[in-house]
Amino acid sequence: MAAIAPVLPRAKALYLGDHLVAWLLIAPALLLFVAFTLYPAAATLLQSLYSTPMAHRPAHFVGLAHFQQMLGDPVFRQVLGNNLLYAAGSIPASVALALLMALLVDARIPGRGFARMAFFTPTVLPLIAAANIWLFFYTPGYGLLDQLLHAFGFAGHNWLGTPSTALWAVTAVAVWKQAGFFMIFYLAALQQIPPSLREAAAVEGASRWHTFRRVVLPLLGPTTLFVLVNAVIGAFSLVDSLFVLTQGGPDNTSNLLLYYIFQNAFQFWDTGYAAALTVVLILILAAASLLQFLFVGRRTHYQ
Amino acid sequence: MQRRDFLKLSAASALTAALPIGGAHAADAIELPMYYPVAVGGPIAKIMDGYAAAFHQANPDVRIRPIYTGSYQDTTIKALTALRGGGNSAPKMAVALAVDIFTYYDQNVLVAADDLAKGDKAWLDGFYPAFLANSRMADKTWSVPFQRSTPVLYWNKAAFKAAGLDPERAPADWNEMQDYARRLTRAHNAKSITDWGVQIPSSGFPYWLFQGLAIENGQARLASVDGTATHFDSPETIGALEYMVGLARKNGVMPSGIINWGTTPQDFFKGRCAMMWTTTGNLTNVRKHAPFPFGVGMLPKHKRYGAPTGGGNLYVFNNTTTEERAAALRFIRWVTAPEQAADWGMQTGYVATSPAAWNTGALKKYVAGFPQAAVARDQLQYAEPELSTHENQRVTKVFNDALEAALTGQKSSAAALHEAQSKADAILRRYRA
Repeated sequence: MAAIAPVLPRAKALYLGDHLVAWLLIAPALLLFVAFTLYPAAATLLQSLYSTPMAHRPAHFVGLAHFQQMLGDPVFRQVLGNNLLYAAGSIPASVALALLMALLVDARIPGRGFARMAFFTPTVLPLIAAANIWLFFYTPGYGLLDQLLHAFGFAGHNWLGTPSTALWAVTAVAVWKQAGFFMIFYLAALQQIPPSLREAAAVEGASRWHTFRRVVLPLLGPTTLFVLVNAVIGAFSLVDSLFVLTQGGPDNTSNLLLYYIFQNAFQFWDTGYAAALTVVLILILAAASLLQFLFVGRRTHYQ
Repeated sequence: MQRRDFLKLSAASALTAALPIGGAHAADAIELPMYYPVAVGGPIAKIMDGYAAAFHQANPDVRIRPIYTGSYQDTTIKALTALRGGGNSAPKMAVALAVDIFTYYDQNVLVAADDLAKGDKAWLDGFYPAFLANSRMADKTWSVPFQRSTPVLYWNKAAFKAAGLDPERAPADWNEMQDYARRLTRAHNAKSITDWGVQIPSSGFPYWLFQGLAIENGQARLASVDGTATHFDSPETIGALEYMVGLARKNGVMPSGIINWGTTPQDFFKGRCAMMWTTTGNLTNVRKHAPFPFGVGMLPKHKRYGAPTGGGNLYVFNNTTTEERAAALRFIRWVTAPEQAADWGMQTGYVATSPAAWNTGALKKYVAGFPQAAVARDQLQYAEPELSTHENQRVTKVFNDALEAALTGQKSSAAALHEAQSKADAILRRYRA
């Protein structure tokens, strides 16, 4: 395509031609972006300002009423709080676990291929199927966890059915699900680090810990940023397990923002309020990404 | 729309006139897409396709096209979304929760079953009144009972024997159930009870089984017939919840916290609970998997016997033409006719929907060999409609949250239910005249 441009005689035509080619080249991506990201986001924003259409009452403009309703909605406050705890629990745990697993399977250990596969398996399993397995891990009495506790003479526990543990039980599933996926990125990054750098550190007499902290970790910076952004998105979007494990219960103690949006949109058919909640979710995710790029990104060392 | 159907119809009659061969009908058959969920185990999809084929064989001018649409909830989501979008792919009929009647009614998408039946009152009156109760509102019957269920009590006869109880008798009332449960509860080690006397599952939709207790305690209906008022904080409802909470937290004969609906049958098979409350829809499952003799009994009475009904009905949507409505009615009458309803009940575990179905030779023979199957039928005379209101899911959620809060010891039964009642009032206020 580009070869056509120089044949055109005048500079202006050349300029136009280049632009046309450029637009044509980005058109497919742009079309998809507009159709599946930009338009839905704009439509959601618009819908959040209108009431939910009913059979005898079409949607009408209500301004910020839905957002006002949110301020007085105790369940909204609760799911937001839960989601922050869920993020605070799952993000550091899954990223740290991913790094640990990557370091382990990057080293020369026996059964390395098998270990890599085992760590990655949770990523491939559909979350709904995996959650059904976890349901039986958590089952009081004869579930895996309770059997372990009984073996050591401890009392069993109703993990999913008790308000104080339901959210953490769900968080553990998220960590298990995500860590293997993040491990792959760390593993790739670890293998990109030139051996000469580690050798140089060894010659200088640096301990293994010191080498890891001063050489390996800084070089993993861009990967960590990428993984962190994904972990934050995961903390707000990975809620499939709730459908199987707790349905947000007991009494909303394990309910999360996206699941609450689902409940409002498709159980209560309150699409207006659900749209407003979605706007809040988008704002949270946008703010989180922005903060990460500004603060973590600035300190990230790109090779 | 109507003109096209007129053309179609005249084309069909022209064809019939020109080629009076049976095969020619099929091409011009009225096609009715029908959404349906799968909510119990067993090859429901295969049975459904078989019914559609059998019906087409007997009625070559109509073709029912069953479309599997996931759970009950998915089915309602997909049906309402498709109906909003309109067009030819939208369903003309659906099997959906009986209690979703207000959801569909408020979206203005239904044709009433009365209007379909055109005054044939005797036909609708042939169903069990307990099943029809959830179909009625605004002086009309909106849906036709199809895959219906009701909860019953299952007990482990071997465990009863081991505890010195009569293995052939279910507990008759609340006190007896609590006493039996106390004798059946055993600890495996000093710290942990692992064999419980009774389990009443409470995950996801605790209101359904709880409703059995509320009815037994004298609160026949949790909501008014017109679906605009609830009775969540009546003394009867509060008393029922106190009994349920007490089983776990005071008497220690039921696990405390939320009891999972899905793992409860498994608990029963493993001897981890000696009695369980669950749907008759589990009958085939228990029969296949319980490694011990088991009994099925009515829910124990208190002030009275009682149980809610549950399950799905057949709905016809108002995007249908007159001819399509007539065809839909023919299918509904065919599939709910005694022989067919008996077959559906035996194949799935659902309760056959009319007394006539239970009088068929096939079902009589089945009950003779498997008397447990008849308990649900015998309990129907005490059954009351399932909780159903305008904005049903939202109101039910408020109620579920309250039950969960009490069952997990976060709130007292009375406080939780008073709160739920005022929330339900706030939601339903605008539907009151």
